[in-house]
Amino acid sequence: MKHVIGVGCAVALAGTIVWAEAVKPTDVVFEDGAVSVSLSGMPGDPANGAVLMNKGSGNCIACHAVDALSDLPFHGEVGPPLDGVADRWSEAELRGIVADAKKMFDGTMMPSFYRTEGFIRLGDAYTGKAFEGAEVQPLLTAQEIEDVVAFLVTLKEE
Amino acid sequence: MNLKPWMAAAVIGLAGSAFAQDDSTLSIDGEEFVTETEAPAHLENVSTIYSGWRFRTPETQALQVDDFDNPAMIFVDQALDLFQQVDGTEGKSCASCHTDGPEEFAGLHAKMPKVVDGKLMVMEELINTHRQDAMGAEPWKWSGADMQAMVALIGLQSRGMPMNVAIDGDAAPFWEKGKEIYYTRYGQLELSCSNCHEDNYGNMIRADHLSQGMINGFPTYRLKQAKLISRHNRFRGCIRDTRAETFAEGSDEFKALELYVASRANGLDIETPAVRQ
Repeated sequence: MKHVIGVGCAVALAGTIVWAEAVKPTDVVFEDGAVSVSLSGMPGDPANGAVLMNKGSGNCIACHAVDALSDLPFHGEVGPPLDGVADRWSEAELRGIVADAKKMFDGTMMPSFYRTEGFIRLGDAYTGKAFEGAEVQPLLTAQEIEDVVAFLVTLKEE
Repeated sequence: MNLKPWMAAAVIGLAGSAFAQDDSTLSIDGEEFVTETEAPAHLENVSTIYSGWRFRTPETQALQVDDFDNPAMIFVDQALDLFQQVDGTEGKSCASCHTDGPEEFAGLHAKMPKVVDGKLMVMEELINTHRQDAMGAEPWKWSGADMQAMVALIGLQSRGMPMNVAIDGDAAPFWEKGKEIYYTRYGQLELSCSNCHEDNYGNMIRADHLSQGMINGFPTYRLKQAKLISRHNRFRGCIRDTRAETFAEGSDEFKALELYVASRANGLDIETPAVRQ
């Protein structure tokens, strides 16, 4: 238990220094699955959000089809298509879903992109080896979450 | 036409096939295979089970239709040589004891893994146990070329027979453990086997057409890796891709998972050695 507390302090310290204005993954406040404030304290960049949809730890189109990104190949079918997603969900709800979809949809297959705790056999990225660092990084940074959300709110059909 | 060698082989294979081949009927050298059947009673969430062959592209499917086109058969031929090759301190080969040849093992693959004297045994262990105890030879590496070629040769003797592993009696506790692993969501992506292969088979995840993850064709020749791939190697790859710490090949966890996953294919014909993407 002491070990766990130690790790928590390390996270808090690093968080304070590096991301002065970012909400730490462990401090995000969800209300009915939604998150009302910007996680980075900054507005998102929809252009970078579109890039993250297709690469890195975002890779949203691996599971979701998006007509607006139809120039990119191999959209997945595992999750619902995201066309018109901003007609169905508010910005706060989209932020909550991207940060930790399990808060909104219990048991969903969607990974939690802004969570750092509660994993089973957490690995060191894609090496297959155990994670041994002091501080678990979320799949996306606070600003990357904001960038993806800024892109998603542009997906309107009505 | 500017065909890659394996594609050209596939075209010839199709043209030379005596039986009509479509993407839902697998016949190898004229023998029809069950690639779709009613799920075994223990499966709670799936009513029909399908071979992984059914989820592949026509080009990949065609490579399995004729043994002359199947790239795995080169390794099976090598295993035939290994079967005769003397190795170890006792001066014996496999053939020294198994005088009827690999054909002696017809039907064995269909019932593996199985519990022997309270221990869950998979084919690789059976082979290494005999190498060490009877031949005085060094054990082969789990996913090494020699081992997987021999697993494929032994599996081939049961090709066309339905998978039929036991899950009750001595096997029950191992099977329960394997089932628990199958449904556990590992790693930072928190994905279980079932998320992709039970809830989403038939769907695309990126460029990959998700199958039911059946292992009735293993060891399988994987075009991506251009060699025979063991069951445990494939398990490891999937768990690694959830950003998790994997289990080791040959571990108790993967042996239990192998039993459970094999039991999900009970009723599908053995295709070993299959060809996959």
